[in-house]
Amino acid sequence: MLTKRIIACLDVDAGRVVKGVQFVDIVDAGDPAELARRHAEAGADEIVLLDITATHQGRGTLIETVRKTAKQIFVPFTVGGGIRSVDDAAAVFDAGADKVSINSAAIARPELIEEIGGRFGAQAVIVAIDARRAKESRDPVKGAEVFISGGRRPTGRNVIEWAREAESRGAGEILLTSMDADGTRSGFDCELTALVSEAVQIPVIASGGAGNAQHFADVLLQGKADAALAASIFHFGIADVRELKTEIARCGVPVRLPC
Amino acid sequence: MIAVVDYKAGNLTSVMKALHAAGADARVTQDADGVLRAEKIVLPGVGHFAATEFLEKQGLRAAMQAQIAKGIPFLGICVGLQWLFEGSTESPQTLGLDLYKGRCERFSAGLKVPHVGWNALEVRSSRLLRGISSGTFVYYTHSYRAPLTNGTVAVTDYGGPFTAAVEIGNVMGVQFHPEKSGEAGLRILRNFVEL
Repeated sequence: MLTKRIIACLDVDAGRVVKGVQFVDIVDAGDPAELARRHAEAGADEIVLLDITATHQGRGTLIETVRKTAKQIFVPFTVGGGIRSVDDAAAVFDAGADKVSINSAAIARPELIEEIGGRFGAQAVIVAIDARRAKESRDPVKGAEVFISGGRRPTGRNVIEWAREAESRGAGEILLTSMDADGTRSGFDCELTALVSEAVQIPVIASGGAGNAQHFADVLLQGKADAALAASIFHFGIADVRELKTEIARCGVPVRLPC
Repeated sequence: MIAVVDYKAGNLTSVMKALHAAGADARVTQDADGVLRAEKIVLPGVGHFAATEFLEKQGLRAAMQAQIAKGIPFLGICVGLQWLFEGSTESPQTLGLDLYKGRCERFSAGLKVPHVGWNALEVRSSRLLRGISSGTFVYYTHSYRAPLTNGTVAVTDYGGPFTAAVEIGNVMGVQFHPEKSGEAGLRILRNFVEL
């Protein structure tokens, strides 16, 4: 049976992990390579490295960071942040990434999905969608809107429609972040996730709002997500991914255990 | 030396990295000479089945066939496994090597496609899968599946059973990505390297 994936996300700024995990005996808590290796060893099904500032000056740093991080891990490795062209993607793949996540650049120029997919395969392209419920709308979930530039700029585009377009252009997966839930630790937006997951045939990764193991179970079951991602999963008294997965399994979710 | 055949279907960095971690002297090659000099061959590949037509044009297909006939160990990964079959409905005019019977087909409607993530193996006796027990999880990402054949040595279930691994003599293939399957994947690559 295909298991649900638990994905550890490293938010990186200028080559350093800025939000994250407190391993007790870690030498350098800001080193992406070290953290990625530890997460993989602890049972993470996948690692995502997100360049949260993605400044032009930071490009070289990012590639070097990707190269060092990729060297350490033998599970799927996704890189996102500031990838605007096939050449940007090619450099990240060459440094050892298996997938790229594109967000603002795909909204600006949706053909980018086809271009990267055409050269590296659909499985290598994740379209990341930052979504906010439309509070004023009659149906705030169905009416949810796509935001870009790290959630700062509204696009006027509907989340469900954009997810469908991304799929038809050949995206391999959708990474759906709820801007409403992000940072709250009060649970994923299960309603929105379920709506998107049912609207497309490709896998949907849920992100934003993780606070405990039950939240993961909820979004993977009721939310119909195929995977769930968190950057700071270990801030709330959970030792590592393995312990998290054990608890999620107890809630009846198929996960990769032992891992 | 292990030749890793580059046919412009995606990225070889992960495969090379994992083969090196498994102790292999692996080198990327794009020409028939590199294949003919090799002691072992790995054909990776993520992407479209039609990409395997590149192998024909570059003389790589004939070189691999000659090497396989000589008994050189061969490992196809993902599309590399599918290429060992007659063909795939993904690109009906593209010919596979026809060493295993049947055609690869798209997963049936109603399933999430691609099949992405960690799924369990049900393992039969195999040199490639030595030390890997049934229930071991490996990482998949693919939209087309190979049928069960008499060479099937591992099966995975996703809306029904499909071929996870084949092995007859020196001709082996895996649908999953050993280079992305953690310790289990490295063990399988080591098994191949040490054949």
